[in-house]
Amino acid sequence: MTNPLISAEALARRFSTGGGWLRPARSMMAVRGVSFEVAKGEVLGVVGESGCGKSTLARLVLRLIEPTAGRVTFDGQEVTGLGPGDLRRLRRRMAMVFQDPYSSLDPRFTVADALTEPFAVHGERPPAGRINALLDQVGLSLAMAASYPHQLSGGQRQRVGIARALAQAPDFIVLDEPTASLDVSIQAQIIALLSELRRGNGLTYLFISHDLGLVRYFCDRVLVMYLGAVVEVMPRADASPRHPYTRALMDSNFVPDPTRRKTLQALKGEIPSAFDLPKGCAFAARCPRVTDLCRAENPALRDLTPGHPVACHHPL
Amino acid sequence: MSLARSLAPVARAARTPMGAIAGLWLALIVAAAIFAPLIAPYAYDVQNLPESFQPPSSAHLLGTDEFGRDLLTRIIYGARTSLSVSVISIAISVFAGMVLGAAAGYIGGAFDRAVTIVVDLSWSFPEILVALILVAIIGPGVTGTMAAIGVAYLAQFTRLTRAQILAIRSETYIEAARSLGAGGRFILFRHLLPNALAPVLVAGMLATGDAIILEATLGFFGLGAQPPLPSWGSMMSSGSALLFKAPWIIILPGLAVAITVIAINLFGDALIRALDIKTRLREA
Repeated sequence: MTNPLISAEALARRFSTGGGWLRPARSMMAVRGVSFEVAKGEVLGVVGESGCGKSTLARLVLRLIEPTAGRVTFDGQEVTGLGPGDLRRLRRRMAMVFQDPYSSLDPRFTVADALTEPFAVHGERPPAGRINALLDQVGLSLAMAASYPHQLSGGQRQRVGIARALAQAPDFIVLDEPTASLDVSIQAQIIALLSELRRGNGLTYLFISHDLGLVRYFCDRVLVMYLGAVVEVMPRADASPRHPYTRALMDSNFVPDPTRRKTLQALKGEIPSAFDLPKGCAFAARCPRVTDLCRAENPALRDLTPGHPVACHHPL
Repeated sequence: MSLARSLAPVARAARTPMGAIAGLWLALIVAAAIFAPLIAPYAYDVQNLPESFQPPSSAHLLGTDEFGRDLLTRIIYGARTSLSVSVISIAISVFAGMVLGAAAGYIGGAFDRAVTIVVDLSWSFPEILVALILVAIIGPGVTGTMAAIGVAYLAQFTRLTRAQILAIRSETYIEAARSLGAGGRFILFRHLLPNALAPVLVAGMLATGDAIILEATLGFFGLGAQPPLPSWGSMMSSGSALLFKAPWIIILPGLAVAITVIAINLFGDALIRALDIKTRLREA
């Protein structure tokens, strides 16, 4: 990639718990050396099961939490090195849509208040007609401007969350499981809205999800994470998986056509504790292709074919 | 955030049967306190010894005390003292507690630990003890009583506000505001404090009931409002020596205290239900 809009280099984040009076502190790496680049206009998907560090990665990219190591670069500017003032200015160009549309809106803010906030935090007032234009863009009626969140449905709330992210006309939006807490029929509407906005506004997305089917439908490339590290980056959404974990994620998707339905291949074995990672490959305990090499040595991420890195000793 | 929306829960509370009765009594007693000079039939401080110890009659609806002063008049003026002392001291306490609690919860770290230790220490003493010590230091009178009651309840509001701020701080909309570029002051004044306000104000209202009792207690010990200014507590104190000779002198101000405190609690309960914040009040 010649000129990525956003790139992450060896991002890592350690969390510590305990460390109380009599208990020793324990620490775990939520994100372990994650690197990626997203080109302008591209949608990069991030998948993995819950607890694999997807949401931590999302917050690191926007610097809502500080990385333990690594750096993030946005349009040539190193985000991780910015002072508070510059960072706040840069926040106009990057936005986030949150998973839970119920807690991501202040219960005391009307829809109009919520859409004014992106301007108010910078001490500005929204330009005339901007609120109505935003409501229109996300398919909400203008009459809803005066509504409070508790008067809206989950789908409507998420539309407000999307409109709030769009308010300052950003270039880049992190979507943190934007459809995970919505009904399936509403999910489709929100995904359709997001694709339409991407085309219309030339947006670049980082799309976090645990639903590989959805990610393969919506994203250009897919980053697969397992216990904080990248195990595979699929260069195209329809590429066939090379890592056994990606394969397992795909096999756990239900197929609607009964004639094509296979018996479910559920993963066996336990996920290792993130506080106590094994020496070798983190997936070894659950992998059907595991060998002694996997238990002894952690596989590095390497290109199997150009642009398709996989971290596995025995790729498919 | 419009005023109409803020007052909607109060209106809803007043529409429940208990809330309506309690609200009516409170409105009556507040009106009596405000308009005391207009509605009181006599002067509260003019002695009329020939008329002393009169039981309730048509001339003195609630009777007279040992100096022949009209009890109804003194209860109306006593409402003025009791309500103003308790409301003002609780208002000061709520305001100071919110500032301290919000600062502790928001700033965190060593400041939070220092505030928490001091607050928990004073929380472990009964309010009456804290108030008595403070009045002993400041000296009796209306100002001393206000300061004592205000400090005695400070711990409660500081703890409650701090707990609210800590709970609200982890809501996603705070993170959303940060992702938009909001600074600390914006988040504190636009999100944290407005959302923490309702439970603290209701707790303040309930504490006003306790403060009336505390004020009466201090008055009973002669530490509150000084004669001839009437307060319910000091009236009961002078009536206690005459319990069998003229029981109305102690019973009537006592009833005023009891009914008012019960009304405040009932209305507060109705308000808690209308606001749906029962669980949030228990967090502190």
